[in-house]
Amino acid sequence: MGLLEIKNLRVRVGDREILKGINLKLNAGEVHSIMGPNGSGKSTLAQVLARRESYEVTGGEVLFEGKDLLAMKPEEAACEGLFLAFQYPVEIPGISNAYFLRSALNAIRKYCGLDEMDAMDFLPKLREKLKLLDMDDKLLNRSVNEAFSGGEKKRNEILQMAVLEPKLAILDETDSGLDIDALRIVAQGVNAMRSPERAMLVVTHYQRLLNYIVPDYVHVLVEGRIVRSGGPELALELESSGYATFEGAAAGASPA
Amino acid sequence: MSSNTDTIRELAQQEYKWGFITDIGEDRIPKGLNEDVIRLISAKKNEPEFMLEWRLKAYRHWESLEKSQAEPKWANIKYPPIDYQNIAYYSAPKQKPNLKSLDEIDPEILRTYEKLGIPLLEQKMLAGVAVDAVFDSVSVATTFKEKLGELGIIFCSFSEAVQKHPDLVKKYLGSVVPHTDNFFAALNAAVFTDGSFVYVPKGVKCPMELSTYFRINAAETGQFERTLIVADEGASVSYLEGCTAPIRDENQLHAAVVELIALDDAQIKYSTVQNWYPGDKNGKGGIYNFVTKRGACRGKNSKISWTQVETGSAITWKYPSCILQGDNSVGEFYSVALTNNFQQADTGTKMIHIGKNTRSTIVAKGISAGHGQNTYRGQVKIMKDAAGARNYTQCDSLLIGDKCGAHTFPYIEVKNSTARMEHEASTSKIGEDQLFYLRQRGLKAEDAVSMIVNGFCKRVFRELPMEFAVEAQKLLSVSLEGSVG
Repeated sequence: MGLLEIKNLRVRVGDREILKGINLKLNAGEVHSIMGPNGSGKSTLAQVLARRESYEVTGGEVLFEGKDLLAMKPEEAACEGLFLAFQYPVEIPGISNAYFLRSALNAIRKYCGLDEMDAMDFLPKLREKLKLLDMDDKLLNRSVNEAFSGGEKKRNEILQMAVLEPKLAILDETDSGLDIDALRIVAQGVNAMRSPERAMLVVTHYQRLLNYIVPDYVHVLVEGRIVRSGGPELALELESSGYATFEGAAAGASPA
Repeated sequence: MSSNTDTIRELAQQEYKWGFITDIGEDRIPKGLNEDVIRLISAKKNEPEFMLEWRLKAYRHWESLEKSQAEPKWANIKYPPIDYQNIAYYSAPKQKPNLKSLDEIDPEILRTYEKLGIPLLEQKMLAGVAVDAVFDSVSVATTFKEKLGELGIIFCSFSEAVQKHPDLVKKYLGSVVPHTDNFFAALNAAVFTDGSFVYVPKGVKCPMELSTYFRINAAETGQFERTLIVADEGASVSYLEGCTAPIRDENQLHAAVVELIALDDAQIKYSTVQNWYPGDKNGKGGIYNFVTKRGACRGKNSKISWTQVETGSAITWKYPSCILQGDNSVGEFYSVALTNNFQQADTGTKMIHIGKNTRSTIVAKGISAGHGQNTYRGQVKIMKDAAGARNYTQCDSLLIGDKCGAHTFPYIEVKNSTARMEHEASTSKIGEDQLFYLRQRGLKAEDAVSMIVNGFCKRVFRELPMEFAVEAQKLLSVSLEGSVG
């Protein structure tokens, strides 16, 4: 049994079908990358897996550790160990980053039947993760993502991932808006999180992130279908040839 | 999206958690209002002549206002006409006179406080809070009086103050809110039954938070509280007022008056957490809360600070204000007003700058959910001689769902060209983005809303005394259950 099994997933928004039958299997310990042009359905896939309710699933099924993921609320999926690093992290004015992180961690611990962690135990853990991402302590006392730079927001997402230690991390265009230094730091953080117990799904438009986070598998998503899968070399191929060659292929491909 | 709406609906059906009625014997007079009723109230309270006269004057004024239909109509609230003759104006729990200890208090009353989670006895004592508990209209328990007495601080029920300190009462009663001030203030002056009285003598800093819990418990009994707090020169005091009330079908009228007086270099901090029954989810029942609260910074360098967290009542009409008379005096108003279901609130403040270099700060946070209508109404007035006056106003509204409303009416009047005024306002909506983000991190929908709202109110909560801040946050979460949008 894979950690995540997506079977013939079809999703629509309004009367437009965005995902037209996605099949994908991730095992623990694997890093997969989904690449594709704008509008191919990459972010939709990420959001549907995280159980955003504004999408209508019209067919297929998704199993997360054998459980029906599509029947879960967003918080249930989160508590089961699914984490989404947002493309556009949201600001929560007036709530300190540290408080937010502890609340999230404790919500998940409670769901798992563990004792809540108090501030005394939590802070050292948090400090250690901060170091990993080369983040300033001051960010802990600032409101969640408020007045954070683009790079700080993305690093903050990875910090959350590091604290919450999910089984499956989905990174939605984590590289967008990052300069090369920030990209390197974020990638370092992500790489430090790679482990045999954890799977990652790295959604990206560009190959450059994959120079730093080298995936085990690359899938090309075009017009709502995975048109090709391969190893990390596929990303390099895309970099030189672009997505154009696949766009014709998508039109001809039959739903899997 | 649709399941989101379902969650909203589910949560919206949460009932008022603190609704219950305590069955205790009551001493009450029949419904209706006339001069005889005023005389009866005054007689029941064994008041000196000057009080009766003051009441009668107020009553006659109110009667003339009522005849000319001068009940204020300018507020952004809607309610059916109030039949003032259909209200009983006096209700007191039956009790032995002159209680010597808490043991003598009706155990039913004590149980009620316990249900409300009000730690009246040891808990409060351990916490170092003196409590003047007002049950319906008569104070039934006063603690810590001795300790305060050693410092010369008077903290007692209004009735007791009238008996024991008539000179102070006579000197200050109605000096900030005269009976002619407005319709409800006139009514209160005529029929008020009790409240709290605080006097802090010269140079004394009150060492503990003074705290009062109000309860409205007798069906259809209007509650008319009157509170008077005087901080003499160089004195300071922090006063907490908080309340919850039981479920009732009938609308209940509440028209309180609070007067604060700060003399030279004195400071008064007045904090309120208000959680009266807001009516059910269909808008049935609930308290009508028409309150006049005003503080006078009479002396130089004096300071009055209002902090309020208003989550209850079907209707709230309330503008805690500061008259900044003394030079360099400071007025502050920090407010969170929440309206859910069919609640309506028209609340804000008035800052009247009279003295030189007077400063005022207004931070108002309005939260509307369900069908709630939330209005901020604030007046900042800089008089001709108020050279160097400054005001900062920040006024933010948060909307939850798409059936509620937020309204802002700032009035600014400046008659001195050296004044500096700042006004910031914002309106935002709890977005699906924010909710999804928090839920994706493992928080339940209602916890997510609660977190967003608490963040929004943080600036105000920071002004509350610690234990009150915790209570206020809880209250906000409870009041918001049912509003996820």
